Amino acid sequence: MSTASNATATDAATRKDAVTTVATMPYLSVNNIEVIYDHVILVLKGVSLEVPEGKVVALLGANGAGKSTTLKSISNLLRAERGEVTKGTIEFKGQRVDKLTVNQLVRMGVCQVMEGRHCFQHLTVEENLLTGAFTRNVPRAEIALSLDKVYHYFPRLKQRRGSLAGYTSGGEQQMTAVGRALMAQPKMILLDEPSMGLAPQIVEEIFEIVRDLNGKEGVSFLLAEQNTMVALRYADYGFVLENGRVVMDGAAKELAGNEDVKEFYLGLSPGGRKSFRDVKHYRRRKRWLS
Amino acid sequence: MTFFFEVLIGGLLSGVMYSLVALGFVLIYKASGVFNFAQGAMVYFAAITFVGVTEFDISPWIAFPISLIVMVVLGLVVEKVVLRPLVNQPQITLFMVTIGLAFFIEGLAQLMWGANVRGLELGLQDVPLEWVSERWGMSISKFDLAAAGVAAILVTSLALLFNRTRIGRALRAVADDHQAALAVGIPLQQIWGIVWGVAGFVALVAGLLWGSRNGVQFALTFVALKALPVLILGGFESIPGAIVGGLIIGATEKLAEVYIGPMVGGGIEGWFPYMLALVFLLVRPEGLFGEKIIRRV
Ligand SMILES: Nc1ncnc2c1ncn2[C@@H]1O[C@H](COP(=O)(O)OP(=O)(O)OP(=O)(O)O)[C@@H](O)[C@H]1O
Ligand SMILES: [Mg+2]
Repeated sequence: MSTASNATATDAATRKDAVTTVATMPYLSVNNIEVIYDHVILVLKGVSLEVPEGKVVALLGANGAGKSTTLKSISNLLRAERGEVTKGTIEFKGQRVDKLTVNQLVRMGVCQVMEGRHCFQHLTVEENLLTGAFTRNVPRAEIALSLDKVYHYFPRLKQRRGSLAGYTSGGEQQMTAVGRALMAQPKMILLDEPSMGLAPQIVEEIFEIVRDLNGKEGVSFLLAEQNTMVALRYADYGFVLENGRVVMDGAAKELAGNEDVKEFYLGLSPGGRKSFRDVKHYRRRKRWLS
Repeated sequence: MTFFFEVLIGGLLSGVMYSLVALGFVLIYKASGVFNFAQGAMVYFAAITFVGVTEFDISPWIAFPISLIVMVVLGLVVEKVVLRPLVNQPQITLFMVTIGLAFFIEGLAQLMWGANVRGLELGLQDVPLEWVSERWGMSISKFDLAAAGVAAILVTSLALLFNRTRIGRALRAVADDHQAALAVGIPLQQIWGIVWGVAGFVALVAGLLWGSRNGVQFALTFVALKALPVLILGGFESIPGAIVGGLIIGATEKLAEVYIGPMVGGGIEGWFPYMLALVFLLVRPEGLFGEKIIRRV
């Protein structure tokens, strides 16, 4: 009983916090989650973040910081990898979603595009897109409309619709993966490292489409990226993860102009790479200790 | 030459029977990566259930749907009770589990219906077709031909299921990439349930055909061993592979028996398919139709 009231008190506190940091009611909010893999490996040590409706939020950090783990806790893909959210809560549109199955979450409008694309290699591009509509029990005509919409945003996929996804280029596979998520008519896409292994030009192309989808379709994005500068150019807001903790957050423009972000991610510092943990004044309010 | 064709056609037709068993393996392997050692036990279980039901003076037309329901339920229960809790375990664990499962299903079958050998009469006689023997002087078994027809219908409907339906597309997606399938909201368990159900159905068809040819007895579980070389030849994940592999094994084992057998004193049929499979393993480990592993950088 007492733990329950405690939890609500913490929730209320975080929510108030959210209002002050992002200045809008959070659409997706992650409150103080702790994630453990295989019952013993503690990976996230109290991560909190918010995504306001209709915004693009970037989740930044080095290899192994816990970006993918954060996204997978939200989409509930974690359980399939023997991971578990052991503390904290996740809410979407004010509703607890951390106990839902992936299927239920997709139906609610939250879709993850996994790191490394994960296209169905032996299915054609079009079949890949169609699997994205699996959760929708609607007439074929409606699915066909969604397909047209995806082809409108990704004209290249229309040309390659009949090829096996495994034989298309990396950029086309990334587009297929995003298009596939789009087929579910999501309200929120969790996009994990869209730039991975792609030429700068293709990366720009994909981010332009993300911006377009955000503007025209009203899809909110939470995108994990190592490519900090590109991500911050397209995002509204950013969170920086390090070692399973949020060490910094702010409006994208501020972060992009921040000397320490530049130093850390572009390696401009004369003394070698620094850790944010060394930069004392950036240590975030210790929410994870609450 | 007539004799050659007679042997060849007889071999091809009996190969279809191997394909049927191999198909059950392929379905489950493709969708869940489990090599289901219990497939042979399922074939036996299906056949003996059918015979057991007809022994109550129930017409085969009613016994068939009853056995079908039993098999589909068996498949679903196995998936739910045995395999679901073991999801994410290493493949070898799952393989061992299916070995245990094989013994369990065999025991269950004998517990329910007794262990004695029974005949199974489908109204198809293993006699030569008259018009063929009259015109070409070859003897082609009616039974074999009908079995091939049944297999053809089964394979066609499976192919349609896999390639033309929403569930089929989901099945192939799951086979390709579990995680990605999960991410787009495909409930893996539901799909695995369907696959096991379909595998139960395939086991029933195979059980009826094999049972009516060889009698319904414990030895029916060993038809699974016959499917092994077929799988190696055709690839573990390919439905067309199971068919073509079965045809090749059927034809070559009969031809070898007839043409090479006399030179080495006969009895080739038993081991020839395994040798063929071994040679094949060395040359093309993924099988004739095994899905090419698409590698891109
Ligand atoms: N399934 C797993 N089992 C055990 N540990 C894991 C698992 N997945 C990730 N980890 C560990 O969790 C930590 C965070 O990994 P995560 O994939 O979330 O990082 P990331 O920020 O996405 O990194 P990258 O930029 O390399 O993708 C790493 O130390 C990793 O080794
Ligand atoms: Mg990652």
